[in-house]
Amino acid sequence: MNTPANNSAARSPLIELCGVTKVYGVGIAAMEALRGVDLRIYAGDFVAVMGPSGSGKSTCMNILGCLDTPTTGVYRFQGIEVGRLTRNQRALLRRHYLGFVFQGFNLLNRTSALENVELPLIYRHAHTTERHVTARLALEQVGLTGWEHHTPGELSGGQQQRVAIARAIVTRPVVLLADEPTGNLDSKRSAEIMDLLTSFNRDHGITIIMVTHEPDMAVYAKRTVHFLDGLVATDHTH
Amino acid sequence: MLGNALLLALRELRRNVMRSFLTMLGIIIGVAAVIILVTLGGGATRQVTDQIASLGSNLLMINPGKHMGPGQSSGAAPFKLADAEVLARDIPSLVAVAPAASRSMMAILANENWTTAVTGSTEQYFTLNNRKIKEGRAFTANETRVGVAVCVIGETVRAKLFGRQNPIGSHIRLNKLSCEVIGLLEAKGQSTMGTDQDDLVVIPLRTFQRRIAGNEEVSIIQVSVRDGVSTDRVKKDLVRLMRVRRHLAASEEDNFDVMDLKEIAAMLSGTTQVLTSLLGAVAGVSLLVGGIGIMNIMLVSVTERTREIGTRLAIGAMEREVLLQFLVEAVVVSSCGGLIGIILALASSVALAKILNVPFILNMPIIFIAVLFSAAIGVVFGFVPARKAARLDPIEALRHE
Ligand SMILES: Nc1ncnc2c1ncn2[C@@H]1O[C@H](COP(=O)(O)OP(=O)(O)OP(=O)(O)O)[C@@H](O)[C@H]1O
Ligand SMILES: [Mg+2]
Repeated sequence: MNTPANNSAARSPLIELCGVTKVYGVGIAAMEALRGVDLRIYAGDFVAVMGPSGSGKSTCMNILGCLDTPTTGVYRFQGIEVGRLTRNQRALLRRHYLGFVFQGFNLLNRTSALENVELPLIYRHAHTTERHVTARLALEQVGLTGWEHHTPGELSGGQQQRVAIARAIVTRPVVLLADEPTGNLDSKRSAEIMDLLTSFNRDHGITIIMVTHEPDMAVYAKRTVHFLDGLVATDHTH
Repeated sequence: MLGNALLLALRELRRNVMRSFLTMLGIIIGVAAVIILVTLGGGATRQVTDQIASLGSNLLMINPGKHMGPGQSSGAAPFKLADAEVLARDIPSLVAVAPAASRSMMAILANENWTTAVTGSTEQYFTLNNRKIKEGRAFTANETRVGVAVCVIGETVRAKLFGRQNPIGSHIRLNKLSCEVIGLLEAKGQSTMGTDQDDLVVIPLRTFQRRIAGNEEVSIIQVSVRDGVSTDRVKKDLVRLMRVRRHLAASEEDNFDVMDLKEIAAMLSGTTQVLTSLLGAVAGVSLLVGGIGIMNIMLVSVTERTREIGTRLAIGAMEREVLLQFLVEAVVVSSCGGLIGIILALASSVALAKILNVPFILNMPIIFIAVLFSAAIGVVFGFVPARKAARLDPIEALRHE
């Protein structure tokens, strides 16, 4: 706290979790998915989140993505306590700062890849031409040029995953949260996706937090956080 | 924000064409059914009242037999021609008196024959019943008194027997009576009860009694009351006079019935109004069925739509933006459905009114109610589940099973 002001801005974390717990259910059925997570992530970082199934990775990601709220503890985003925000403020936070790639894609059915990618831009009130151009560019970046008018039903799992990534990065978010972005892909496609994420992190300064099961993918990250039974077990920077 | 909502709503409708169409169909059917049924019912009521009005409201009919409610009477001794003559002489406020007797029989012309209603009456029959002569002439008072063998025929009889020939001057046979056709009545079309008012032959009463019936009976006496004179007062006079003529003691009930056409008018339009309300009820049921259809479609798509809402919220949509989109969707579908329903209903009402020969009367309040009701169902069942979903945390909406 007594560091010079210009340094303090650089060092204050972009994301800060303090003693975050998440309990699902009540009474005898209560299930503690997170049991007091402390985590600080700085701007420009590329974090791989690992850990066994059920260790609370997705739960933590949902909280970081402002899709869910902690049972107790504090989540600060750029120093703002998210728990104190209204629903609408959290929606705006998601809209303007966060991009989320879901474990199960969550694309809109029967909706073309282009329209799926345009969706976040519509909520940002982008103009029609700007919207089209930006969305096409995002699809090009994930290697889906020529697939703009295919619906999710007409795309492979890997292609759907890439549409989901395009939708998350189309707004150039401050933070990209990706829950197993390579979970459905073969190693060649996975490497492509990881190269893509690395370039977003390097070239656009997007902070990336990514859940993965595969150590091969974690090596692309700058830092690896291990979850175990709802707690951060290990945390090391490469 | 509204522009955005419109864009999102239209995209959503386009990619769910089937769902949008089925929802619309529910509204279309409901709205169209209500409008068609009520419009036609209203037309029928109007037709009845118009027809009654064209008969003249100061017409009274005297039937033999006890009064058994409007239009009904039980058997009793028939009248005589003399009864009618006495009425005409003793009640000064009567403009016209027409005794009549009739029977159904075959009219024959060469090889053609046609069974029709043959009525014997006086020359006053035509003015009393508002029947105009289209060709030829009616029989005169003199011809009536003498009882010559002449007849005036209706349009249906002319068409069946004469085809394209000119009927005037020809002779047709009614049983053994051969009579000259001297006049053709102007067509009047169907009555409210569906009977053909042009299927008749009118001959002088005396001719009818002597040459066809073979008796002196008169089965009905029609009288018309001078304008400005109360029919109720005339009715009392008629009853008093007829009781004397039929030698009824003070303790005896009337064995005849004086009927005011206004009563029949009231009864008939009452009946049609009941019919209209019934049709309205049927229409209401179709509106309800349409509504349940809409409800079903909306509820079936709740899961998919809840996930969709979850996705939108996760991407950064605010609750009110999602709601506005759903509201716009529901309003677009409902108003399109309502509009199509109205157009369809009006087109088929006009056509059906023509076919059924009833006037086409627009009932604006009913159109309004029908559209409002369907739209309300569309909006409520499209909107309420959406509101529920939009209030969830995004993650809960996404997990919806
Ligand atoms: N909505 C929920 N209701 C009840 N329990 C839940 C819910 N979501 C998660 N859990 C529980 O919380 C724990 C952590 O779940 P989470 O999804 O965070 O695990 P994960 O680390 O992402 O696992 P995986 O690697 O399989 O995706 C699990 O035991 C899970 O059963
Ligand atoms: Mg998970």
